[in-house]
Amino acid sequence: MRFVTPRPIDVLGLLTTVAGPELGGTALFVGSVRRGDGDGPVEAIEYSAYEEMLEAEFSKIMAETAAQWPGSRVAGMHRVGRVPVGESSVAVAAAAPHRADAFAACRYAIEQAKTRLPVWKKEIFEDGSTAWREDDQPDAGTKPKTA
Amino acid sequence: MHLSEALSSSTTVTVTVRAFARYAEILGLEETKLELAEPATVGDAVKLLRKSVPNAHLIPERPLVAVNLEHVLVETPLREGDELALLPPLAGG
Repeated sequence: MRFVTPRPIDVLGLLTTVAGPELGGTALFVGSVRRGDGDGPVEAIEYSAYEEMLEAEFSKIMAETAAQWPGSRVAGMHRVGRVPVGESSVAVAAAAPHRADAFAACRYAIEQAKTRLPVWKKEIFEDGSTAWREDDQPDAGTKPKTA
Repeated sequence: MHLSEALSSSTTVTVTVRAFARYAEILGLEETKLELAEPATVGDAVKLLRKSVPNAHLIPERPLVAVNLEHVLVETPLREGDELALLPPLAGG
C-alpha cells in the first residue's frame, strides 16, 4: 500500500488494512487542513513531497512500530497536491490486541511521521496569496500542529 | 544544468542534486548534476551550489539533507551516482 496519494484519504480503507481477528483495539489519527490564524484565512494547502523518500521513511516507521508493539499493525496515508480547508491531509491507523497499545502505536507513528517525512506545505489564502509554512519543526514538542 | 568546480584533482564524483519546495523556488531548478573533486562531502556540494547558482546563498550552509533517501549530516561523504536532496524544514501533516 502506498503512503502517498493525490486523492482524498480513504480512512475506512486504512481501518480495513489494519484489521485482524486478534486485534481488539484500533486507534485512528486524522489530520485536516485548518482555516488557521496566522497570515489570514487559509483556503487550502498545497502539499508537495519527496515521494520516494516519503515511502521509504514511512516503511521504516511502520517497521519500528511493529517492533515496539509486537502484534500491532499500522497503516497510513499522506495526501499531496491541493487540499481544501476541512479535508484530511494525513491519517494513521494502528491496531493491536488491546487499546493501550493501539493508542501508543498510533501516537508513535504519527509523531515520527510529523518530524521525519519529507513533506512541505504552501498555504493558499483566500485573497489568492501564498506562503510556505515551515513552523512544524522536529523540536517543536509533541503537540501535533496539523495543517 | 551541470555544475563543476575548478578541478585540480584527477578523480571526481558526479552526483544528482534534487531540491524541493521553497529551495526549488530559490534555485529555480528541481534537479541538477554536480561534479566535485574527490573526496567530497555533502557540505562541499552545498558550498559549490551556493557559489554557483544565483540566490543559492538563501539556502543555509547546513540545510537538512538526504543522500539516497536517508537523512544524513553535511559531513557525509558523497560517492559517484549519489542522489543528494536539499530539504527545507519539514512540515508534514
